[in-house]
Amino acid sequence: MNRPATLSRAPLSRRRLLAGTASGAAALAAPAILRAQPAPVKIGLLHPVTGFLAFSGQQCREGALLAVEAINAAGGIKSLGGAKLEPVLGDAQSKPEVGAAEVEKMNEAGVAAIVGAYASAISLATTQSAARYGIPHIVDVGVSDQIVQRGLTNTFRFCPGYGVIARIAIDNLVALNDAAGKPARTVAIVHEESLFGTGTAQLLQKELPARGFEVVEVAKHANPTRDFTNVVLKLKALAPDIVIPANYYNEYVLLARTMRQQGVRPKAIYSVLGGAASSFKFVKEFPDDAAYIMDCNHWYDPRKPAALELRREAEAKGLFYTYEVFLAHEAVRLLADALERAGSASRERIVEALATSSWDGHFMPYGPTRFVNGQNEGARPVNTQVLNGTIEVIFPAEFASARPVFPMPRA
Amino acid sequence: MLEPSILAASLIHGLANGAVYALVALGLSLVYGVLHIINFAHGALLMAALYAVYFLVERVGLDPYAAIPVLVPAAGSVGYLLHRYVVAKASRGREEAVLLVTLGVALVLENLALALFRSDTRTIETGWAFEMVAVGPALLPAAKLAAAAGALVAVLALWAVVRATDLGRAIRAVAKEREAARLVGIDVDHVFALAFAIGTATLGAAACLLLPTYYVSPQVGHGFVLVAFTIVVLGGMGSFWGAFWGGLLIGVVESLGGLFLGESLGQIGIFAIFIATLLLRPTGLFGRAV
Amino acid sequence: MRSLPAIGLFALAALPLPWLTGSGTVLNLATMVLLFATLGQAWNLLGGMAGQFSFGHAAFFGTGAYATAIAQIRFGLDAWSGFAVAILAAVAMGALVGFASFRFRLRGSYFALVTLAFAEVARILANSLEITGAGVGLLLPLAPGLDRLQFADKAGYYWFALVICAGGLVLASLVRESRLGARLAAVRENEEAARALGVDAFAVKMQAILLSAGLAGAAGAFYTQLFLYLDPHIAFGPQVSVEALLGPIVGGTASLWGPVLGAAVLQLLGEASRALTGGATGANLVAYGIVLVLIVRFFPDGIIGMGRARTADARGVTG
Repeated sequence: MNRPATLSRAPLSRRRLLAGTASGAAALAAPAILRAQPAPVKIGLLHPVTGFLAFSGQQCREGALLAVEAINAAGGIKSLGGAKLEPVLGDAQSKPEVGAAEVEKMNEAGVAAIVGAYASAISLATTQSAARYGIPHIVDVGVSDQIVQRGLTNTFRFCPGYGVIARIAIDNLVALNDAAGKPARTVAIVHEESLFGTGTAQLLQKELPARGFEVVEVAKHANPTRDFTNVVLKLKALAPDIVIPANYYNEYVLLARTMRQQGVRPKAIYSVLGGAASSFKFVKEFPDDAAYIMDCNHWYDPRKPAALELRREAEAKGLFYTYEVFLAHEAVRLLADALERAGSASRERIVEALATSSWDGHFMPYGPTRFVNGQNEGARPVNTQVLNGTIEVIFPAEFASARPVFPMPRA
Repeated sequence: MLEPSILAASLIHGLANGAVYALVALGLSLVYGVLHIINFAHGALLMAALYAVYFLVERVGLDPYAAIPVLVPAAGSVGYLLHRYVVAKASRGREEAVLLVTLGVALVLENLALALFRSDTRTIETGWAFEMVAVGPALLPAAKLAAAAGALVAVLALWAVVRATDLGRAIRAVAKEREAARLVGIDVDHVFALAFAIGTATLGAAACLLLPTYYVSPQVGHGFVLVAFTIVVLGGMGSFWGAFWGGLLIGVVESLGGLFLGESLGQIGIFAIFIATLLLRPTGLFGRAV
Repeated sequence: MRSLPAIGLFALAALPLPWLTGSGTVLNLATMVLLFATLGQAWNLLGGMAGQFSFGHAAFFGTGAYATAIAQIRFGLDAWSGFAVAILAAVAMGALVGFASFRFRLRGSYFALVTLAFAEVARILANSLEITGAGVGLLLPLAPGLDRLQFADKAGYYWFALVICAGGLVLASLVRESRLGARLAAVRENEEAARALGVDAFAVKMQAILLSAGLAGAAGAFYTQLFLYLDPHIAFGPQVSVEALLGPIVGGTASLWGPVLGAAVLQLLGEASRALTGGATGANLVAYGIVLVLIVRFFPDGIIGMGRARTADARGVTG
């Protein structure tokens, strides 16, 4: 059953109008009230909310806005006298050049920092543009390792890149397999054709053989793919022990359904950055197809109450609690922490504060932040599995909320 | 690795998919054959029709197949109004203007859907539609078989309308000789709009048959546009049987291409055929039957 | 060279923009206008002048973009040589597409569709080939310097774009006023009659597509220098082909300045719709689509055609 579409429309759009363009925001800064309060700190929130990445962009924006509201409600930035965060929203329209143009506007609107832009291709362009003006830019999702390899001092990424994710995915797969008595040996990879799918697949293909697995098939598919029957027929013939998908939501769903329909049931479906494998929406709408699926993906620390509280808030607004929501949320909070420590809304001070950041107040399984060349070194993915109609963390043990079920029981 | 059973199953799946593509391409073929319009809004109209089916199923509780008699006339009416009062008025018959206008319509529809319905993908659950039916060595979801059957029915229906009714005769007349048709008293603008309406009505049927096996989101149309164009060209612009057989062929080519070259590179088979057809036999397999 | 003074004036007038405005947004907008004006001018060489409407100009834009990236990353060439390689590669692509299409006498919608197909094939291939980085794409290292055609100051990019745009204008102007231009016009108006008069339609159309492709490739190479990252969708995606044809059609295909005007109008329209509709997702693009339809309704000859007496449209339904 799907939630009604109108659930969260009105309040959000009003909030959005209020938090809208720079000019709108300036008009809101009623002088009489502000004389008693410090000037708000403008932060740019730049995401592809229209175009083919619209869903993810919108989820990111929602997560970021939830963080802004929470921070403001708790009194704003204390070291700046309680200054509130003022979001300056930008739409990258799923195109890098539009993202870059929005950065220019945000610069002129006087933003102290930018959080965005979900997609790697867009983030590469926006961080570069921001670098010209020394604007600190926190990349909220974008997993391409190139983002933090260009020597840009303004660029910071809170979450892991696909290099780390693939490596840890393999480590965890080996551990999982060993713990179960090594039932699995052959692997098939099904990945989407663009940056994250191809990059991840390349790494997996290279490393898996060295760790004792045989890669019997690598199936690359287009975005969008209308039908997965061919891929699944090949999987049926090859009967790999493990199927590793790395793709976006829609294709993941179609693949999982087709596998079930055609009776392909490997020992495990172990996604790496699987588009739906750790998605509450998928689990809710397709419980039979989702059962027992594992993912190595961005996830929150399930022991932290703040993460669960955010889930409740997001779902109350009619949002599914996806990785875009919590990653963007924590990216904004990272920025708030940097502002607190910088004690200033100056771009250089914020960059310094981020570079020396050692922030422990987040709910991700990362440990305190530590940025090297802009990458948060402690950032790591976590393994989840769909069990009993919900998503549990199965690895690493310190965050686990359930024991893994591997191999999958026979249907 | 490529045993005959996989090959055979792949072929059958390709045929089933191809029938669905044909269904989507039918409307485009008619619109091009009669109005000589390359309708850039075709994908967006399919998306709108899919949302209509979605809401009929979720809010009104209709079965998607029962929605066909509701959606077909509704979509047709929308198509009529769209052509008569937007496309025709704005473009005044100039080909390049029509391109821009349909592009504009596509932009409006997609972003309206985005603003109204957000970008989540939505699916429907239908009880029986996911029972698997064995067709030779292949296992097909019943919904896909229904869609393939629906495609055949649609082709027959359209063919009958165009061949055997007055409207059909008027459409053929207008397609062949616009000014002469006007001279014998045919209301050309009305007939054009009707042809466009029939094209959209077909999309309505296509949406009802497609949604059970697929999903809807504001961008869902994009995945079908190029394939639809390829089929229209392959089959011969304006030929329904051409669209049908063309669709089947493209479905098989896509399937075999995917099997041998991988799903990503395999898509090239579709465009290779597209280009080859345009270069070697631009009138398509069946030429102009309208 | 009748238009040369006008082009010179335009370049001179546009030159001081970076000094006149402190706004990065304005400069960026102007740079994008120049980029799309160049792409539109390229399209118009084939579309407006020769009457062959291409729906796949991304094939040439993307070839240029990738060629210079590959030349610099894989072969260590400097950016200037890369730029030259880009133009040559795009011309080669133009030769391929042109030969296939014109040798087989494709026209009108058939030509449009075949160009669309070629662009898609290019995209799919770029997604699979090692040399283009497949799905991962190509990233040029950040290294400001004239030899790398990367500028620390945004003004550098603006002037670079201005040079390319002016170059495109000069090229288009030369073609218009030459015998080639006259022959193109003859082919555009009535290809059979032109052939009957002894015009080698094939040769003439080939020349048009080669020039068109080369200029589009230059625009693509500029894009690479500006953003440093390419993937198959960015380079060969349908949005590029659409941008290429929108500007000239909106601005007016019959004039030298149509593509420039069209590019400016479309970019400003995009900005205006965003400003007017605030943050509501998609609303700005809805406005953009509506205005597009309105422009076509009220300015059928493009914006530049307004004011010209509207003669009865011989080709289609009137009114």
